[in-house]
Amino acid sequence: MATMNKTRLVVIGNGMAGIRTLEELLKLAPDLYDITVFGAEPHGNYNRILLSPVLAGEMTIKDIMLNDVDWYAQNGITLHLNKTVMQIDRVRRKVIADDGTEADYDRLLLATGSNPFMLPVPGKDLPGVISYRDIKDTDEMIEAASRYRHAVVIGGGLLGLEAANGLKLRGMGVTVVHLMPWLMERQLDRTAAGLLQKSLEAKGLKFLLEKQTEELVKGESGRVCAIKLKPALSNVEGDGETIPSDLVVMAVGIRPNTELAEAAGLHCNRGVVVNDTMQTYDPRIYAVGECVSHRGIAYGLVAPLFEQAKVCANHLAQLGISRFTGSATSTKLKVTGIDLFSAGAFTGVEGAEEIVLSDPAGGVYKKLVIKDDKIVGSVLYGDTADGSWYFQLLRDGQNIRELRGRLMSGQSHLGNSGHQGQNNAASMPDDMEVCGCNGVCKGTIVKAIKNNGLFTLNDVRKHTKASASCGSCTGLVEQILASTVGGAYQPADVSRKPLCGCTDYTHEEIRKAIIERKLKSIPEAMGFFEWRNVNGCASCRPALNYYLLCAWPHDYQDDPQSRFINERAHANIQKDGTYSVVPRIYGGVTTPAQLKRIAEVAEKYAVPTVKVTGGQRIDLLGVKKEDLPKVWADLDMPSGFAYGKSIRTVKTCVGSEWCRFGVQDSTRMGIALEQALDRMWAPHKVKLAVSGCPRNCAEATIKDVGIVGVDSGWEIYVAGNGGIKAEVSLFLVKVKSAEEVMEYSSAFIQLYREEARYLDRTVHWVQRVGMDYVKKRIVDDAAGRRAIYERLKDALRDEKDPWQERVHGAAAQEFAPIRFQSKNFVLT
Amino acid sequence: MSEWIRVCPLEEIPRLGSRVVQTEKCDVAVFRNGSDEVFALKDKCPHKGGPLSQGIVFDRRVTCPLHGWTVQLDSGEAVAPDCGCTHRYRARVDKGEVYLNLF
Ligand code: SRM
Ligand SMILES: Cc1cc2nc3c(=O)[nH]c(=O)nc-3n(C[C@H](O)[C@H](O)[C@H](O)COP(=O)(O)OP(=O)(O)OC[C@H]3O[C@@H](n4cnc5c(N)ncnc54)[C@H](O)[C@@H]3O)c2cc1C
Ligand code: SF4
Ligand code: FES
Repeated sequence: MATMNKTRLVVIGNGMAGIRTLEELLKLAPDLYDITVFGAEPHGNYNRILLSPVLAGEMTIKDIMLNDVDWYAQNGITLHLNKTVMQIDRVRRKVIADDGTEADYDRLLLATGSNPFMLPVPGKDLPGVISYRDIKDTDEMIEAASRYRHAVVIGGGLLGLEAANGLKLRGMGVTVVHLMPWLMERQLDRTAAGLLQKSLEAKGLKFLLEKQTEELVKGESGRVCAIKLKPALSNVEGDGETIPSDLVVMAVGIRPNTELAEAAGLHCNRGVVVNDTMQTYDPRIYAVGECVSHRGIAYGLVAPLFEQAKVCANHLAQLGISRFTGSATSTKLKVTGIDLFSAGAFTGVEGAEEIVLSDPAGGVYKKLVIKDDKIVGSVLYGDTADGSWYFQLLRDGQNIRELRGRLMSGQSHLGNSGHQGQNNAASMPDDMEVCGCNGVCKGTIVKAIKNNGLFTLNDVRKHTKASASCGSCTGLVEQILASTVGGAYQPADVSRKPLCGCTDYTHEEIRKAIIERKLKSIPEAMGFFEWRNVNGCASCRPALNYYLLCAWPHDYQDDPQSRFINERAHANIQKDGTYSVVPRIYGGVTTPAQLKRIAEVAEKYAVPTVKVTGGQRIDLLGVKKEDLPKVWADLDMPSGFAYGKSIRTVKTCVGSEWCRFGVQDSTRMGIALEQALDRMWAPHKVKLAVSGCPRNCAEATIKDVGIVGVDSGWEIYVAGNGGIKAEVSLFLVKVKSAEEVMEYSSAFIQLYREEARYLDRTVHWVQRVGMDYVKKRIVDDAAGRRAIYERLKDALRDEKDPWQERVHGAAAQEFAPIRFQSKNFVLT
Repeated sequence: MSEWIRVCPLEEIPRLGSRVVQTEKCDVAVFRNGSDEVFALKDKCPHKGGPLSQGIVFDRRVTCPLHGWTVQLDSGEAVAPDCGCTHRYRARVDKGEVYLNLF
């Protein structure tokens, strides 16, 4: 029932792209529009992709509903099912459906999808000749499979093969007729296609390649009874033959569904032509989905369509900031037991080289197509574990020279901890634990994806908690997602990452504006970028607090309420609500007196656990919050910042002072570094280590900055990580003197502080910007390096020790509970 | 008849923060949000009993410090898809003083 004051939005097409746009819109502007939806199908919005598993008998129609009719009601959307819009009257701004239903619009959204292409051969209209597009087609196939024996699928592409596989599983004899010399020629090269054909033949499918349909033959019943092939393309046996078939499925491609738009005079060219904001030539009319042609491309996979939906919603919500600039696509064949992934271009790319791993016996084939040190295409068969990694590198156009050696062996989970070293989801049983932090099994994840219609890693994290904690199993969860929803899954675009759900602006855009616009407080920053939620959320506030602090070291007023509790209390919260205290012990070198004091404090406050940490210092665990200031006072040692996104430890070995192998005084170097970097906040924790010789007892090669003494000086390594995912650090430079070690290391760390995203460890940042870039800034450009080093020294100039400040009364309220006493009773 | 406890002056609770009130029953977290509304919840997260008082407060919500559940301050309900609920007490501000009702 149209409320007059609201603007009216009419959506034509009740499918995946159209309704996704509405979902995004409702998130951004729940009450902006009075919405009406027309759908030619008699169903709510369902997950078309999963029609394949439905045909295969692995799922039911009920399972694949994304938005049932209640959803429309709950969101006050007027839904016209079973009504096909026949006309758009752009002058009167109304649409008219086949049954005469009319709806006026202020904004119109076209999401009419596409139509299957039917070969113009005699008999194409016979009963039993169908396409594969919607629930109706699927039901008809299931029905036919229960009554007839022979099926022919015309077209050996993604769709055709999934149809053939489904019909086979339903007990029909299935022959796939394909015009091209090998299957899925648009996604696969010949070798991979060969492997695929073999395993499909093993499932009982028959194939006729390089064959063209001449005619579909009519039986007595009036239903199709056979398909007649054209004679000799090449003289392979069986040419010109006739194959019996009571069901013919045409899966030879799709055509954007533009009749309606064209009739309305909208500019179309193999799709309704839109600009980067998904607007057609009529500014009141937007279009998304397969019916669209954007920069000359009409997409046929949902991932890019969902990006279009997000952008379109953003503009319908009148925020007007995001753009769709096109996106690379990847596909995954959804045939159970077959693991096939392909992305980008892989044949006939000018001046491209290939890395190929081929093990036909083992049923594994991997091919990467590389041009100018960038991945432009990949085909994986048998083992698709690294599909999303390759795809990410491809889409972000990352320079892979540094990775080249490791590319084929795969990133997936080299050195990952937490899931029994598993790295191939396909081979995992349903009851096997994927996420070690939250104890989530594979089966649970698959179920959540199907039942809740999840498409993104974040959705899966929200619903199952899998990979939501330490993240080490992310790769596995991505694989499970990909093989469940097919090409519909696309790893998040890391090159453009919004700060959090409260804004669409990226970390980089926000850091830039903070400096250029001289934004000096969190409210100012949120105001400037029109934050969506009042006082943001637990993700963006700590990030903004850090960005401001880093941009204005001396005049930014730190906001404790925007810090995670550990940084607010300057101690690590434990699961029972008590805290741990880790005093700084520079370079891990202590004294008897210091140890005595620690011992006395531990006794005085009955500290339950005293532990030597992995960072060469001592952890007092289980301290009551209200005791913290007293404990710090008695310890009379600086804070170890073991709780902060900050400098943590500088691990050292004994070095030349004692060690018979030592060639450099690593201990002294380490202490000097730890003193220089003391009290430094950072995007994430920063850990260093200094070893006195290449035996590297301080494990310097898995640290953010690792220094290894050699006879002629020091080697500096960066961007290592020993945690969730072990990463060996990369060589930055070799220097002679301790002063140089200080300058280069500090400059590297400051560059990281200034340019990394909040919660990036150095490794994540360097993997994104590339080691070449880091070397350019820190090694090649001496003047630049010194300037950066100076900025760090200046930033740390007047940082005070937080424990001492609190010992002397700062933030007293934070630590003092209010005791309930009967004297503050008042009767009302 | 309901008994109200005077907790403390409003300004002794940081904006977008909280104070813990220790009662003989249990610890109660008293929150103050961005628009100076006050709320009181049992200081135990519905997930695994984490101290909500130590979380980050925004809008009418707090995010638990231990595993990041978000809890609605005005109802004690966990925000979907998580589900669970912690006890909510009545709290109000009167002439700059915060009062809490434990019954
Ligand atoms: C105490 C300590 C374990 C120990 O008893 O030895 C420890 C304890 C914690 N680590 Fe650690 N880590 C400790 C050394 C390490 C090390 C080894 C090292 O530093 O040499 C690593 C691997 C090296 C590295 O970080 O690259 C390590 C990798 C992690 C990670 C994974 C970081 C990553 O990026 O992969 C986390 C989770 C995080 O930070 O997000 C973590 C998080 C934690 C937290 C802070 C979890 C939390 O947020 O409460 C634990 C706090 C316990 C507490 O209250 O003290 N801890 N942690 C060690 C303290 C070192 C210190 O003196 O400061
Ligand atoms: C069997 C199958 C398997 C697939 N597998 C995958 C996969 O693994 N990965 C992947 O990424 N993609 C896959 N796809 C493709 C994916 O489903 C489509 O890209 C996606 O559904 C397109 O969304 P859309 O909203 O543009 O079109 P649709 O989802 O087709 O929605 C368009 C809707 O508009 C309706 N409509 C059209 N004209 C009118 C009108 N005039 N009035 C009213 N309503 C109208 C149509 O009836 C239809 O319901 C698969 C498709 C099929 C059929
Ligand atoms: S100390 Fe580190 S490894 Fe041990 S449980 Fe805590 S986070 Fe995990
Ligand atoms: S205890 Fe609160 S989120 Fe786990």
